[in-house]
Amino acid sequence: MSRVRLLVGTRKGAFILTADATRRDWQVSGPHFGGWEIYHVNGSPVEPDRLYASQTSGWFGQVIQRSDDGGTTWRPVGNDFGYEEPVGEHLWYDGTPRPWEFKRIWHLEPSRTDPDTVYAGGEDAALYRSTDGGQKWSELTALRTHETGPRWQPGAGGMCLHTIILDPVDADRIFVAISAAGAFRTDDGGASWLPINRGLRSGEIPDTDSEVGHCVHRLAMHPSRPDVLFMQKHWDVMRTDDAGGQWREISGNLPTDFGFPIAVHAHEPETVYVVPITSDSEHYVPDGKLRVYRSRTGGDEWEPLTAGLPQQHCYVNVLRDAMAVDTLDDCGIYFGTSGGQVYGSADGGDTWTAIVRDLPAVLSVEAQVLP
Amino acid sequence: MIRVVLPPHLRNLAQVSGEVLIELTGPVTQRLVLDAIEERYPMLEGTMRDRRTGRRRALVRFFACEEDLSNEEPDAPLPDRVATGEEPFLVVGAMAGG
Repeated sequence: MSRVRLLVGTRKGAFILTADATRRDWQVSGPHFGGWEIYHVNGSPVEPDRLYASQTSGWFGQVIQRSDDGGTTWRPVGNDFGYEEPVGEHLWYDGTPRPWEFKRIWHLEPSRTDPDTVYAGGEDAALYRSTDGGQKWSELTALRTHETGPRWQPGAGGMCLHTIILDPVDADRIFVAISAAGAFRTDDGGASWLPINRGLRSGEIPDTDSEVGHCVHRLAMHPSRPDVLFMQKHWDVMRTDDAGGQWREISGNLPTDFGFPIAVHAHEPETVYVVPITSDSEHYVPDGKLRVYRSRTGGDEWEPLTAGLPQQHCYVNVLRDAMAVDTLDDCGIYFGTSGGQVYGSADGGDTWTAIVRDLPAVLSVEAQVLP
Repeated sequence: MIRVVLPPHLRNLAQVSGEVLIELTGPVTQRLVLDAIEERYPMLEGTMRDRRTGRRRALVRFFACEEDLSNEEPDAPLPDRVATGEEPFLVVGAMAGG
C-alpha cells in the first residue's frame, strides 16, 4: 500500500508526518533542527527519499540540510549564497536604493528529473540552482538583474522569491514569483526573464497595473495544463490561460480574496483551493471560522469547506507555502496554520481532521506519495 | 590548547558536545580561532561570520575573560588567558526577548 509523507516546516523546527494510504493514523517525527526556522522542506519527485530543507536563523544565518533516507538522517550541505558582482541595488521601504543583501532561502524546488538538481528562492529575491545535491549554489543572475530590478521593493515579509514552478513539459521554462515584484517567466532556462503581470491590479502601488511591483503571494499549476496558472495575490485570486500573458480575476463569491496559499487538485485541473484571510491588516480567517474554499470551475464559483475545521473562535493564518496536495486516487489536501495545527483531508476537501494540533507556527507543508 | 565554547545551535549543527579544543601556532586572534573552527567544522562557515565580508554576524557575540570582544579588531591578540587555555573563548547568540 502506498504511504503519504508530509514535510512540515515550522518556526521552531521541521516535522515529518507519515501515514498509509487511508490517511487516518499519522506518525509524527520531529522536531528536526529544533529551535531553527525551517522555511521549507521538499523532496525530489524522482527520488522521494532525497529531501532538502531550508534551515535558517536570525542569529546564525542560512543552512541547507539534505537527507538521502527520507528524513531519518540529515547532513548540512552548501550555504554559500551570494550575489554576483556588481551586486546592484533595489528599492528599500523608504524609497531609497539599497544593495541586495542575502537573508534566507524561502523555497526549495527539486528538479522533476534529477535528484541532484534543486532550485532555491532567496531573500533578497534571487534564484539559485545547485546541480550537485546542494553542495554548491549558483545564482541565475538574469532574473535579479532584470531591467526592472532596481524598482523592486520588499513587501512587509521581506523581498522574497517564494514560488518556483518548473514547467513539466518544457525544461527551459520556469515560473517564479516575488513579493513584491510580481511573477516572472523564463523560456530559456534562466538566461532571460519576462515579467508576466499583465491584468494584475494592485491598489497598494501608485500605478495599479504596473509591469512590476505586485505582491504575488503564490502561484499554482496543474501539471497537465502548464499554460494555466492560478495566483493568490495580496488581494485577488487570479488565473491565466496563456502562461502569464494575461491574467483575469476569478475571486467570484469568495468572502474575501486576500490570502496566501493556493493549490490545485491532483486529478482535477479545474479544482482549486484557497484559504481566504480577513484582510491585509487582519491576518486571520474571517468571522473566527477556518474555511477552505474550493472551486470546481477553475475559479469564480467557490464553496466553503468546513467539515472538521473550527467554526468559532479561530484566528489563525495559513501562509503561502503551507498548503499541499497528494496524488493518491482520492486526492489528499493538507495545510498548516500559524497556530501549529496541520489539517488534512483524504477526500478532496469534503472532510478534515487535525493531524497534529500543537506544533510551532507552520511555515510550509509539502506532500509526498511513497510506493 | 585554546578552548572554544559554541552556542547550543552551533554545537548541534557541528555535532559536538562540550568545549571545542583547537591548537594554533603563532598569534592567537579572533580571526585565526574562527578560521580554525570553520576549517574543522565547515558546516559552521557563514554561521558566525558573513561568508563574503568576514564580518561578525549581527546577533553573534564573542566573549572571553568577562569581556565583550565582539567589536575588537579580528586580528587583535586575544587575552593571554585564552591563548593559554585558562579561559575559554565564548561564541554567544545575542540576547533577544519577546
